Amino acid sequence: MSNRPRLVEVREHILRQNDVLARSLREQFANAGVSVLSFVSSPGSGKTTLLEKLLSRIGERHRVAALVGDLATENDAARLKRATPQVKQISTGTVCHLDAQMVQNALAEWDLKQLDFLFIENVGNLVCPSSYDLGEELRFVLLSTTEGEDKPLKYPTIFNTSDVAVITKMDLAQPAAFDLNLAHYNIQSVRPGMRVFEVSAKTGDGMNELTEFITSRRKASQVATAV
Amino acid sequence: MHELSIALSIVDRALEESRARGDARVEAVFLRIGPLSGVDVDALRFSFGVACDQPQVSGCVLEIDEVPVSMDCPNCGTETRTVSVQQLCCSQCGTPALEIIHGRELELQAMEILE
Repeated sequence: MSNRPRLVEVREHILRQNDVLARSLREQFANAGVSVLSFVSSPGSGKTTLLEKLLSRIGERHRVAALVGDLATENDAARLKRATPQVKQISTGTVCHLDAQMVQNALAEWDLKQLDFLFIENVGNLVCPSSYDLGEELRFVLLSTTEGEDKPLKYPTIFNTSDVAVITKMDLAQPAAFDLNLAHYNIQSVRPGMRVFEVSAKTGDGMNELTEFITSRRKASQVATAV
Repeated sequence: MHELSIALSIVDRALEESRARGDARVEAVFLRIGPLSGVDVDALRFSFGVACDQPQVSGCVLEIDEVPVSMDCPNCGTETRTVSVQQLCCSQCGTPALEIIHGRELELQAMEILE
């Protein structure tokens, strides 16, 4: 008797394990009442500086914590600890992105109920993080003025899978001859309707608007839960 | 380059089906991948070849159905293709794609197993 090939239907997401875990994380975050925001960008576009400033500002009135993904060093975590003691480094080794399992492991010792905001800084990479759901409420993608206006067109997937764009290093827009209108046009081209903020973490320009956006969402979601 | 970890997930799933059938040979796996999945198809093909290091999956064929990006166009009143991933608007009338229907797929559809 010869063997016959048989077609077995599977029909499932290839990253099913990650998705299942991300869903469970999202439930844990909702039950604990913590807002979780993740940040992705290319290396050097200012994620850590922006987060340091956001942690300080939002930490004045809320309980904040951060998870920081990096390939090897703990430098970013050390910088963020200047703003809040609740910082944990996730060293990914050679892995170019965070996944839901890494987030779950890193949170093991924290009581989420003691937090209002958790910020997750992904590994500096505009490609790989786009495929992995971390259970976050919003994903922010950063684009710095020194990188050029065409980043959204070169990396449409990360912009498309993010919820909010932040143009950083606005203080360098002029010296870098950054075409702000073109940047907005390109962002809207790959992710129509995307909310965009322009900030300079260095001078503080635009930081009030971004802080307000983040904290007011929390108020809105609390009102919705109460009702 | 996260395609290798994705290839390993696919091979793990194939080996799982193989074990459930007494180490049957998996001849082919069928995927559906959209351009907004964040996966590079060529890199995945290469990685898949490397990941198939067990006899049950050696020489396993990778069939990839590349799904184009489409949207529910409110103006055309139907599902339409978008111009491109760089220009996410209706290819018929230019309406921006606020929601897309297809293009994010990263799915394992089926496997061909020798029983």
